[in-house]
Amino acid sequence: MREIYLDNSATTRCFPETAELMNKLYLEEYGNPSSMHHKGVEAERRLTEASAILAGILKVRPANLIYTSCGTESDNLAIIGAAMAMRRSGRHLITTVIEHPAVLETMRFLEEQGFEVTYLPVDSEGQVSPQAVEAAVREDTILVSVMHTNNEIGTVQPIEEIGAAIKRRNPRTLFHVDAVQGFGKARILPKKARIDLLSVSGHKIHAAKGVGFLYIGDGCRIRPILFGGGQQKGMRSGTQNTAGIAGMALSARILYDNLEQDNDRLCRLRDLFISLVTQIPDAFINGMGAARRAPHIISLTVPGVRAEVLLHALEDKGVYVSSGSACASNRPHLSGTLSAIGLKGDQLDNTIRISLSVMNTEEDVREAAAAIAELVPFLRRYTRH
Amino acid sequence: MKYQSFLIKYAEIGIKGKNRNMFEDALVRQIKSALKFCEGRFSVVKTYGRIFVNCLTEYDYDEVVERLSKVFGIWGICPVRISEVVPPEDLVRQAVDFINEEYPDGVHTFKVHTRRLNKQYPMDSLQVNAEVGHAILEAEPRMKVDVHDPEIMLNIEIREKLSMYSHMIPGPGGLPCGVGGKTMLLLSGGIDSPVAGYMIAKRGVKLDAVYFNAPPYTSERALRKVKDLAKQVSEYTGPIYLHNINFTEIQLYIYEKCPHDELTIIMRRYMMRIAELLAKRSECLGLVTGESIGQVASQTLTALGVTNEVCTLPVFRPLIGFDKEEIIAVSKKIGTYETSILPYEDCCTIFVAKHPVTKPKAEVIRDHERNLEEKIDEMVERALQTDEIIIIGPRDERILKHREDPLV
Repeated sequence: MREIYLDNSATTRCFPETAELMNKLYLEEYGNPSSMHHKGVEAERRLTEASAILAGILKVRPANLIYTSCGTESDNLAIIGAAMAMRRSGRHLITTVIEHPAVLETMRFLEEQGFEVTYLPVDSEGQVSPQAVEAAVREDTILVSVMHTNNEIGTVQPIEEIGAAIKRRNPRTLFHVDAVQGFGKARILPKKARIDLLSVSGHKIHAAKGVGFLYIGDGCRIRPILFGGGQQKGMRSGTQNTAGIAGMALSARILYDNLEQDNDRLCRLRDLFISLVTQIPDAFINGMGAARRAPHIISLTVPGVRAEVLLHALEDKGVYVSSGSACASNRPHLSGTLSAIGLKGDQLDNTIRISLSVMNTEEDVREAAAAIAELVPFLRRYTRH
Repeated sequence: MKYQSFLIKYAEIGIKGKNRNMFEDALVRQIKSALKFCEGRFSVVKTYGRIFVNCLTEYDYDEVVERLSKVFGIWGICPVRISEVVPPEDLVRQAVDFINEEYPDGVHTFKVHTRRLNKQYPMDSLQVNAEVGHAILEAEPRMKVDVHDPEIMLNIEIREKLSMYSHMIPGPGGLPCGVGGKTMLLLSGGIDSPVAGYMIAKRGVKLDAVYFNAPPYTSERALRKVKDLAKQVSEYTGPIYLHNINFTEIQLYIYEKCPHDELTIIMRRYMMRIAELLAKRSECLGLVTGESIGQVASQTLTALGVTNEVCTLPVFRPLIGFDKEEIIAVSKKIGTYETSILPYEDCCTIFVAKHPVTKPKAEVIRDHERNLEEKIDEMVERALQTDEIIIIGPRDERILKHREDPLV
């Protein structure tokens, strides 16, 4: 049975070039970048190269990048690190109700520590309004955290407008962007968008799990959250994951070398898929009306069909999708985006997420849409009362 | 090495007349198999009508006790100190040291019980009792002798070797696995059925199990969960043959043809029928379920009767008189609780009606089952063909028979 993997927002398949490079680093260039001998120098050179590639994509200095173990760690480091460093100038933070749990739960932790957090709502397409952000920023606001691309419905936030609005109101307020779903799909320029902190994860861009990075802008001081051997200028102790980092940089380069063409193609696939599945009676796409949408994320609600059942039925046909948001699917109370845009009751339970990658083909999309169209009438015959 | 041996106490198998040897041999076998993967080497011997686990090398005390306390048939485990036979004054000193080590901070009532089988020994058992008791009192004057109901019973045995033991770690009781034949457990992902399996197995009965899965309504994780439960139960019972049956087709057919509020009861009747067919194939002498009276609609006395009537084999329900809290307590004790509460849907709940019948009438149910006549026999036959058999033990699992026809 042919495998059609459409759960790329959960994780992606590694590029073969990346896996090969990592293999070489594991088996040959396995030195510790902190070692003084040749093996160490060799490994350090790989890190330098990786930083040059990633910094080039973001148009920032390599020294602005701190490597972490994942997007979640990047978010934690950015938010807790900023709160700890700036606690004397203020105790107020702002975020949105549709953030990933890595941000929301970190905010809850800070609330327990005595910080105050404002959670901004979104409109029915999942968009955050720059005006609302501006209105919420206060004299004592130390950080605003807004995601670039929503992981559940694919809405892309007006990051540049939000960045400008924040700085207009309070130049000292830091701007954190969780770009775990956006990096590799959009050209994100932190300086232009006035972003101080940007979180990225490797495994969402066809690199390895267990690696990510945090961009920290010039003049932005944050406290580390891991202590130890003082690697990465003390910002993140712990031996760097050299193979993972080198692989992440290579995957990023492959994606950005061809970004516009790939995005055009992904948008065509996305729209083709949408046109096919919206022929199913009553089915609809969430976030369709957003001004900016990710080329790869589709949130499909099929009333009368439980997402979990559809997911497993598709699985039997070799098609892999996710229900709601993969990160939160075993903790439904955290799956906030769908309820934030106004989905109710069964609709929440009737929503699947399809997420594409550059590895998908038109055939994948057509087959998956056909499989859904074929299953829905059958599954709708048997419902729980 | 603090203890050189463990004395295994067994209660019930001591009174089984002519079968006693068979029971004891079964227990020795189970003990050997429980210790197979423990660090160290052991010999398990029947001697003087008792079972000893002798430790031949260094071993991990906690690991051994944990393994032994899961062997059905063991009532208690006594760690034994063994040394060369020494003259009386040394023996007395050793006994005092032993008590101090065993009960370092306690002040207790005690009694010394000596058995002297080595008649060359210069003191007889009563003298040893008196001398040791005296010395213990001298070392710790707050200790008290109580010959009727002592907190500490210090046993001293003088044979070719000198052994001392005092405290007893409780075992699970019951009878050694396998002496009571084999049954088929209907295993779902819930809290009750693993406990029911444990209770039956405790009486020496071997377990096979059947699980009904219903893809795409149940997931691969639900099956994983059931395998994990079987694995946890197998710590006590030894390897379990788990039959994984695809039930989707039958379930959907019942959904289409029968009144919705009777879905659960009719579904359970078909589960029982299939379980019985499997049980007979694999020489099981009965079915085991986790039902308890009144717990849910399908477990009222009337509903149990209606479910029961489709079977010719006896259906054992060891939890029938248990409250939910009591079942949960056992599941926590045997280590299945945490797995049981994982939130994966099983096939009993996917189409459950809001108000299922609580007092089904057998004749009405039989009548409605006639709506299924056209296809149900071939569906049952197909479901049996989907039978995937997985042998699940505490340490490994392997597929004995692959699913021939996945039906999905």
